Amino acid sequence: MKRNRFDLSLLFVFGFFMFFSTVCSDLVISKLDRRIDLTSQLVRTTVSLKVENNGGDAVSEILLPFPEHQARNLAFLSAMVSEGKDKTKGSSGSLPIEVANPKGKPPSLTWYSVSLPKELSKGGSLTLEVKAVFTHALRPFPEKISQADVQLVAFQDSAHYLSPYTVKVQSLIIKLPEPRVESYTKLENTKFSGTELKYGPYENLPPFSYTPIVVHYVSYKPFAVAQELVREIEISHWGNVQITENYNLVHAGAEITGEFSRLDYQARPHVRGASAFRNLVAKLPPRAHSIYYRDEIGNISTSNVWSDSAKTLLEIEPRYPMFGGWRTSFTIGYGLPLKDFLFQSEGKRFLNISFGCPMTDVVIENLIVKIVLPEGSKEISVSVPFPVKQSQEGAIDVDFRVFLFFVACIVYMHADFTISKSSPSYLAKLQWDEVQTAIQQFQNIMNRCLVVHDKLEASLRELSRTGDVQACKAARKAADSLLKELSKELKPLLSFLQSSPPAVQIMPKVEELVSKERELQEKLMLKHSTVVDSYEKKSGGRDIENRVAAVQQKITLLRQEVDDLLEVIDEI
Amino acid sequence: MVSAKMDKSPADLLASPGLASLLKSLKLKTKQQELLIRVSILCLVYVLAFITRLFSVLRYESMIHEFDPYFNYRVTQYLTQKGFYEFWNWFDSESWYPLGRIIGGTLYPGLMVTAALIYWILRFLRFAVHIREVCVLTAPFFASNTTLVAYFFGKELWDSGAGLVAAALIAICPGYISRSVAGSYDNEGVAIFALLLTFYLFVKAVNTGSLAWALASAFGYFYMVSAWGGYVFIINLIPLYVLVLLITGRYSMRLYVAYNSMYVLGMLLAMQIRFVGFQHVQSGEHMAAMGVFFLMQVFYFLDWVKYLLNDPKKFHTFLRITVTSAVGLGVIALGVGTASGYISPWTGRFYSLLDPTYAKDHIPIIASVSEHQPTAWSSFMFDFHILLLLFPAGLYFCFKRLSDATIFIVMYGLTSMYFAGVMVRLILVATPAVCLISAIAVSATIKNLTQLVRAKSKPSPVGPGKGTSSTKASSKGSPDQSMPFQKNGAIALLLGVFYLLTRYAVHCTWVTSEAYSSPSIVLAARGAHGNRVIFDDYREAYFWLRQNTPPDAKVMSWWDYGYQITAMGNRTVIVDNNTWNNTHIATVGRAMSSYEDEAYEIMRSLDVDYVLVVFGGVTGYSSDDINKFLWMVRIGGGVFPVIKEPDYLVNGEYRVDKGAAPKMLNCLMYKLSYYRFGELTTEYGKPPGYDRARGVEIGNKDIKLEHLEEAFTTSNWIIRIYKVKPQIIGGDQLTLSLALRDYTCYGSAEFMA
Repeated sequence: MKRNRFDLSLLFVFGFFMFFSTVCSDLVISKLDRRIDLTSQLVRTTVSLKVENNGGDAVSEILLPFPEHQARNLAFLSAMVSEGKDKTKGSSGSLPIEVANPKGKPPSLTWYSVSLPKELSKGGSLTLEVKAVFTHALRPFPEKISQADVQLVAFQDSAHYLSPYTVKVQSLIIKLPEPRVESYTKLENTKFSGTELKYGPYENLPPFSYTPIVVHYVSYKPFAVAQELVREIEISHWGNVQITENYNLVHAGAEITGEFSRLDYQARPHVRGASAFRNLVAKLPPRAHSIYYRDEIGNISTSNVWSDSAKTLLEIEPRYPMFGGWRTSFTIGYGLPLKDFLFQSEGKRFLNISFGCPMTDVVIENLIVKIVLPEGSKEISVSVPFPVKQSQEGAIDVDFRVFLFFVACIVYMHADFTISKSSPSYLAKLQWDEVQTAIQQFQNIMNRCLVVHDKLEASLRELSRTGDVQACKAARKAADSLLKELSKELKPLLSFLQSSPPAVQIMPKVEELVSKERELQEKLMLKHSTVVDSYEKKSGGRDIENRVAAVQQKITLLRQEVDDLLEVIDEI
Repeated sequence: MVSAKMDKSPADLLASPGLASLLKSLKLKTKQQELLIRVSILCLVYVLAFITRLFSVLRYESMIHEFDPYFNYRVTQYLTQKGFYEFWNWFDSESWYPLGRIIGGTLYPGLMVTAALIYWILRFLRFAVHIREVCVLTAPFFASNTTLVAYFFGKELWDSGAGLVAAALIAICPGYISRSVAGSYDNEGVAIFALLLTFYLFVKAVNTGSLAWALASAFGYFYMVSAWGGYVFIINLIPLYVLVLLITGRYSMRLYVAYNSMYVLGMLLAMQIRFVGFQHVQSGEHMAAMGVFFLMQVFYFLDWVKYLLNDPKKFHTFLRITVTSAVGLGVIALGVGTASGYISPWTGRFYSLLDPTYAKDHIPIIASVSEHQPTAWSSFMFDFHILLLLFPAGLYFCFKRLSDATIFIVMYGLTSMYFAGVMVRLILVATPAVCLISAIAVSATIKNLTQLVRAKSKPSPVGPGKGTSSTKASSKGSPDQSMPFQKNGAIALLLGVFYLLTRYAVHCTWVTSEAYSSPSIVLAARGAHGNRVIFDDYREAYFWLRQNTPPDAKVMSWWDYGYQITAMGNRTVIVDNNTWNNTHIATVGRAMSSYEDEAYEIMRSLDVDYVLVVFGGVTGYSSDDINKFLWMVRIGGGVFPVIKEPDYLVNGEYRVDKGAAPKMLNCLMYKLSYYRFGELTTEYGKPPGYDRARGVEIGNKDIKLEHLEEAFTTSNWIIRIYKVKPQIIGGDQLTLSLALRDYTCYGSAEFMA
């Protein structure tokens, strides 16, 4: 298999945008940090930009341009004001975004305008956090690989943020899934370390600066794409909501070519089948029952269900490992208790049910949601938490069902919401995903802290056994530095959690946990130094115990609380 | 549960003669009670027949089984989607590439139309069922109906007690269940019902001489013809029966009316089925019926002449002249017809029924199917259990009380038992007869014994309620006085009979659940810890084909898997289970048994894109292609003499290990089955490349493929699919589609399928 060097000719050249540079020079971006997360098949970009108004007029909106190839794949876009120096603290919540069509701007760009919560007066500044998610932005290259090859993926973007404003200082960090890169565009100030690729900082760049970069890297992540997902939600009088989901799935990564050898795959599945995926996990609501998983030719026996009070996890395996380019289709269905989703108010009934797909790591190109209401439903209205593009409502079928023993007229209401693939349907889910990963990291750090605590305790026990004060002191030193590092790691996480709206409910617990942990840490240190002191003074064992007893009690108590809190967060 | 119910029906039977004793006290009510009990037993049997066939659905899932049912299912889907006329005119280009198959004209549509009708009726009643569910449950539904027919048949033959026993026996008889479990959506499912119905109506017509019953029987025959090729059995058995009646001097007007109207109308109706067409007047297999028809007319004529003449001497000379001339005329007509080609001779398939050794020598494709093998004794025991012992006893009772009806059932029983001996699958045809005759034995025995038991208390049971009990009493008369311990002996014997019947019920339930409820698409085995392991490799491969190959890809495989590939994989196949063209199958057999480069030429000439083989070496699954391979060689060699069976054998022995014949080690089938198998360790403590199905280490571990590449292998290696590489000429890749050879058609009809 010959592996060509990446062909630069496919890049766009955006030089001509320079001509438009003078149009909106009132605003200046004084500082811009851009992070691109390539760890999954989605490209998640987070841009935090500090905007300053140097012009005369107050500005109420900020323009965000996207080049054609990105705009096509834009799945989700949100912007919010992160707490700056002024008193906008806590004003989380995303700002309204609209497609804009500013005059005198190059039409080959797609423009979005963000309306600011209040006008930016002259000399004022604010920090904006813009999140965008792109699907299909990664291109497998080479497009066809054999079973033994690793999957290489190319990603292209600009090293400089494409903006109609002048950017004073900017930097770009690209996070890769594996620490292996085939090639990347080397510019000045390019650094590659571990799984991160860093561009910048670049200073004083004019508007519409565009420097194409290409990252060509190894990715084992599954590229599960559901070309069509039809969800049918059927509400029954008899206390059940039946959900049926038809998937049409394809592995959109590099296509497999040549032989597929089962022998190789069985012998070394992670080498000779690294880019294939075996299973998918669907997170269903709690109390889901009568779950089935089948396709056109019958039941598929490879699935598992775990359930607890918060969720039901359904792990399904397609009939065969999904290699690049392979397709499959299947249906999953489950029943849910109606009382969990149907609410009554003012003589009306509301169905509150999730819109999207319960699968994690699956990109949906076309989602069709059908809701079948029971007979006699009137005054139907739909509210969706995000704008639904191309929504068409009310294809109402009237279906007369004649039952054997009684004649009844049943009206089926099919409300179809077809959303296009670029619409921001991922909003809630993606944000929640990010929060979840952050919380996981947080928990991780907390657990590591607890491990350090345990080590300290262990060193004390060792001390009482051997009486080696020096060793104990060394352990203390190591623990101190570790804890310091951990608290450093904790900081950005906490600030992120504070800024993201879905984390609001979990935040108090997190904060409580942090403070409790601090307290615990202090007490522990106190105990440690007391014990070590006493040993140095050669006090008796009983004496030491007496001195430490009070602290020890506190520590046990705190430890208990910390553990409880951790569990609570885990459940959330 | 099943055995409990089975116990109940003989127990109730016991109660029904027992009721006769109550008759004294409650004269009016007894009849009603008897009716009530009879109807409720019948209902229970009806339900039982249905639910005992649901093991397969509970054990596995609601799915279509085996091979042929997949074709039937696919056709039914087509029928329900496109309507009847489209279905009638369907030219299926997905099978028998490049020949295609005219579906409407080459199948028995009875089953599909029945299922579609049920489906449409349910739809009309607004039951939102899937066509698959209808197809899965068609066979059990018709099995239930068969029990009803068996009841009426038994009643007609003997008495209502025998009818009830017959219904209960046939409801759970493994010989019938083997072909009618839920999911076994095959012609036989409805055909046995139609067969028994036709016979019952005909016997009824003979007994009553009623034109209405005769016509009903003709319609039953029509349904049978539309459903299954086994109708040939009816059209030969009934004339044979009539002939026997004529010879034994039982000719009557009733017989004349019944046979003539049934034959004429039945023949006309049967011609409406396209696949059968004019065979009733043109094919040798149907000539017996026609001959007997003319013979009946001669008899009628003679009767008339006898009545006119009133002189036995003159009549005898006249009789001699007429009979010889009539027979002579018939023979000449048959001879001329056969010689001129107007009447086709018997087909090989028909011969193979009469002569068990015929197929082996002349039609390897029939002999290659396991269900066409001569029946082993064990499978008789397996499928009939105690019925095998009761059958002769029943025959004894039938001979003891000979009537037109019992003669029929005796003939049906004896002929079908012969056919059951010739071919395993024809046990199915014998089952209703065996059940009916055994039911007569059981019913008569129990009736006699209970009369004995009651005899002490009431010395002379006068049964005004039943017409049959008088004959019973006369047959039972002698031992009544002689035996001193007869009451105790009778009780002991009764207990013995009930014990046997209980064992029968237990056996049937066990056989149904263990042996006959497996769909054969999904294989189940016991794991090391006693857990159930499921091998779903067939569907894995078919679904892979369906999803990951081009829609117009042609798949070559041995014909067994053709129907499944088209139905589940939705891809075109070269040959399938409708073995209508022997040459085509032989071509595939030849490709499989040639060297790779020769096979490549053949495959290219057939536009083959994928080759599918079934391989059991990893799992120990024994019905794989390597074990079927000798048949491929034989069938291929039957048409193409290049392929010689001895080339694949060593001293007449079939081996795959190091001692195997060199041609065997390098033929396409061997290569495809064992490609890279030599690197796999299948069993602990055995060398790599140890074939678990045959228990040997394979002989050729270094297999290189030149023109094919592995495209997919299922997780347990049961199915392996290879892609045929396009031909490379001068660096350019281009697929050559050679001019297709003219294939001569061979063999005309599906064999009773």
